[in-house]
Amino acid sequence: MKRLDRESRHRVALTLNGREANGWAEPRMLLSDFLRHELGATGTHVGCEHGVCGACTVRLDGAPVRACLTLAVQADGRRVDTVEGLASNGELNDLQKAFRRHHALQCGFCTAGILMSLDAWLESNPAPDEGEVRALLSGHLCRCTGYTGIVAAALDAAEARRREDGP
Amino acid sequence: MSTLGTAIERVEDAALLMGRGRYIDDMPVAPGTGHAAILRSPHPHARLLSIDTEAALALPGVHAVVTGEDARAWSTPFIVSVRQPMEHWCIAIDRVRYAGEPVAIVVAEDRYRAEDALALIDVRYEPLDAVVDPEATLGADAPVLHEKVGSNLVSERSFRYGEPEAAFEAAAHTVTTTVRYPRNSCTPIECLGLIAAYDPGEDAYDVLSHFQGPLTLHPVMARALKVPGPRFRLRSVPDSGGSFGIKQAVFPLIVAMALAARKAARPVKWIEDRLEHLLAATSATNRMTRIEAAVEADGRIASLRLDQLEDCGAYLRAPEPATLYRNHGNLTGPYCIPHLAVNNRVVVTNKTPTGLNRGFGGPQLYYALERLMQRVAVTLGLDPLDVIKRNLVPADAMPYRAAAGAVLDAGDFPATLDHGAREGALDALRVRRDAARAEGRLYGIGFAAAVESSVSNMGYITTVLSAEERRKAGPKDGAVSHATVAVDPLGAVTVTADSIPQGQGHRTVLAQVVGDALGLAPAQVTVALEHDTQRDPWSIAAGNYSSRFSGAVAGAAHLAAVRVRERLARIASQQLNARPEDVRFEQGRIFAAGNPGNDLDFRRVASLVHWSPGSLPDGVPPALRETARWTPPQLTPPDDDDRINNSAAYSFIFDFCGVEVDRATGAVAIDRYVTTHDTGRRLNPALVDGQIRGAFAHAVGAAFYEELAYSEDGSFLSGTLADYLVPTACEVPDPQILHRDIPTPATPLGAKGVGEGNCMTTPVCLANAAADALGVESLDLPLTPARIGDLIHGPESTPPRP
Ligand code: FES
Ligand code: FES
Repeated sequence: MKRLDRESRHRVALTLNGREANGWAEPRMLLSDFLRHELGATGTHVGCEHGVCGACTVRLDGAPVRACLTLAVQADGRRVDTVEGLASNGELNDLQKAFRRHHALQCGFCTAGILMSLDAWLESNPAPDEGEVRALLSGHLCRCTGYTGIVAAALDAAEARRREDGP
Repeated sequence: MSTLGTAIERVEDAALLMGRGRYIDDMPVAPGTGHAAILRSPHPHARLLSIDTEAALALPGVHAVVTGEDARAWSTPFIVSVRQPMEHWCIAIDRVRYAGEPVAIVVAEDRYRAEDALALIDVRYEPLDAVVDPEATLGADAPVLHEKVGSNLVSERSFRYGEPEAAFEAAAHTVTTTVRYPRNSCTPIECLGLIAAYDPGEDAYDVLSHFQGPLTLHPVMARALKVPGPRFRLRSVPDSGGSFGIKQAVFPLIVAMALAARKAARPVKWIEDRLEHLLAATSATNRMTRIEAAVEADGRIASLRLDQLEDCGAYLRAPEPATLYRNHGNLTGPYCIPHLAVNNRVVVTNKTPTGLNRGFGGPQLYYALERLMQRVAVTLGLDPLDVIKRNLVPADAMPYRAAAGAVLDAGDFPATLDHGAREGALDALRVRRDAARAEGRLYGIGFAAAVESSVSNMGYITTVLSAEERRKAGPKDGAVSHATVAVDPLGAVTVTADSIPQGQGHRTVLAQVVGDALGLAPAQVTVALEHDTQRDPWSIAAGNYSSRFSGAVAGAAHLAAVRVRERLARIASQQLNARPEDVRFEQGRIFAAGNPGNDLDFRRVASLVHWSPGSLPDGVPPALRETARWTPPQLTPPDDDDRINNSAAYSFIFDFCGVEVDRATGAVAIDRYVTTHDTGRRLNPALVDGQIRGAFAHAVGAAFYEELAYSEDGSFLSGTLADYLVPTACEVPDPQILHRDIPTPATPLGAKGVGEGNCMTTPVCLANAAADALGVESLDLPLTPARIGDLIHGPESTPPRP
């Protein structure tokens, strides 16, 4: 196992939303801080830094993780996907559009984490019901919306994807 | 077609969904900017004996350590709105009075380093006794927090409207209840933050933050920093991660970090973490209310008597004690209650200072008032809905001057209530309750009605002073809003305004409002709401609070757009050979009524103003930039009898719900919730309902989970989001929302506030339902399983010690 010196900064190289990116991190630096302040990917937000609010959720090699409970050096050599990677060429993806349609955000601070959780979850749960969506969302706190629009957007996007994929 | 009044998608959303928001922690900083961390008192009450910063300063990467001595050198204590010699400095001097009070600030090259240095600061404290209970703080043996004040009672006033004594004497019944509203906070997901800079050349401060207003606090900050207002430039960021009033509480830190920037001789950035936020940012007031009604045999209430004991924490931080006075004029709620007696006491305790929080005084007031309404019904054996109905202000009494001075502007409360009961299927809910009860289940129905005050009178807080003191201080009243509409040489429209939004979608609504006036699509209107006190028009009323947006700010934007339209109409009338009042604006075209075929391009008419002032009709100024100011004329100062119209408009809400209590666990489950609103004209119905749902979710949290709890010795017990529980998607059901909206004549567009109402009605509506299910008389929030379990089974006995 690679040994890291506590006092020095280490090169961390990863694939961020499909592109190579690298920067420097002390071993104690959180992945959330590294993404935001070292790589400038400020779309990932920090709401608690103790794993409860879910705002910082990103995908690490495809799996959703709390960036505030992950060290930057743990992401070295791995793939990280964040909210910035969802839209392509300035066009929102279907889930993002559903969020806009259903007014699933107000301040937008919780939104990145919720989108990343749903993005991962809908891949393996293409036909969720409302209860399942709410259970998934219970890993996130939103203080603005009362969740109604978020639930509706997730169900709507899932259904649209199923229709697109055919029976 | 105008989009005003329709649920268009928000212009804000695309950027936010792409992760391209610009929140405070995303903003660019100057090279060399220092990062701050705050050392906070672990003690709720202690003398500060010494602070040794040497080791911290010796740590590589540390630029400066700021302490109370710097505050003493460069600042003054914050001004207090009651006449008391209370000293509240931005960093503690000599004494700390709540756990979490700032004691020192480290500025370092990054946040990690700054936090390292905090651990190296050696502070010596002499702990003092602490008091956290608002009744105990009045006791003879309670520690006095502010020696110069000499007492923990910092304000007391009594009020009398009509003939309350006679009404109580004549009443068939008196019904009393006492409630204790707990401390809670709407905790936005983004914590506080700011970037401060100091220019020694001009002795001027410049701060970027998500401070939300009210800008009454701008002079408070400038004064604390000992500079004239123009040399304290306060700018707001484009995006804020929610506020609900909470971001008002960044203001003492703005002053503290401005001093830090001065000491470190570089800009300083500070981002609060969640632990600090819960511990020490702010809180709603906890309030104890004893409320008494003089009741006729049929449930009609002739008089109320309120004894309110308000706990503002360790310091009376501006604008407190505003929480207590915000609803003073409408203490009688939506009811016709002619006689009223009030005693208000404000106390300090060793807890975090209080401030703005969604509902601002409404949750505390209505928890008492609507619990009382339920108690009246139970005591007299009446249907609680009948008791509410019999007391509502009738439609033909509008506008109605309430006993303490609120002028309820418009509405048909009884009809709105009937609408809600019918469309919300109250009868079916009653059948459901009876069926559940027949099976032996604990099921209850609750009701609540309220008026939701919006657009605050800048003078209401002076009700805390006597008429004599007010005369000396000079009148305070009104609520001035500003908006500017400009058309550029190519006909593109820009709107700026003083709303400082925190996520509610104000840019979308203003694009709709101005587009509507000018016959343009919202996409043709650009709205920029980053506010800059040095460059933008503002008044002390500016900001994002007291639900002032739809009434006041959208109203001012409408007035500004109408002025631009009138100017363009005069110009176009010449070319169209029509009278200006016959000129119409639709879909980017300008034409005379009845002759849409002969039309002009909006852009072309606009460009004429820029390029050819010489060809404008006589008297038309060569400019297409209009700033409108609006202040509600009905917002006058408190009169000599202490009557105050505290708000420009009052929305009406009627809620009912069914809950089931689990006998074994004490958990309360919401079975059904119906909320009916009269919020005046709705400018964007989707955003209106979004506000209702958001407030409802906050209220569910306040009702069942949330409390900023302290132990008796003053230690803070709710320090993480695992201790301070916030409801998730599993705990917040989707309420049924009903509307019966009547445009008000009190604001330019007929709109009223909507964002705070459910924080006022929902907690007490749920509590009334739980009380109905359990058949209990008194019930305080939060309704945790432990508390409900005690009511069902009696308090748990303490197990014997081995
Ligand atoms: S910031 Fe990571 S869970 Fe809250
Ligand atoms: S949209 Fe503001 S916290 Fe979810």
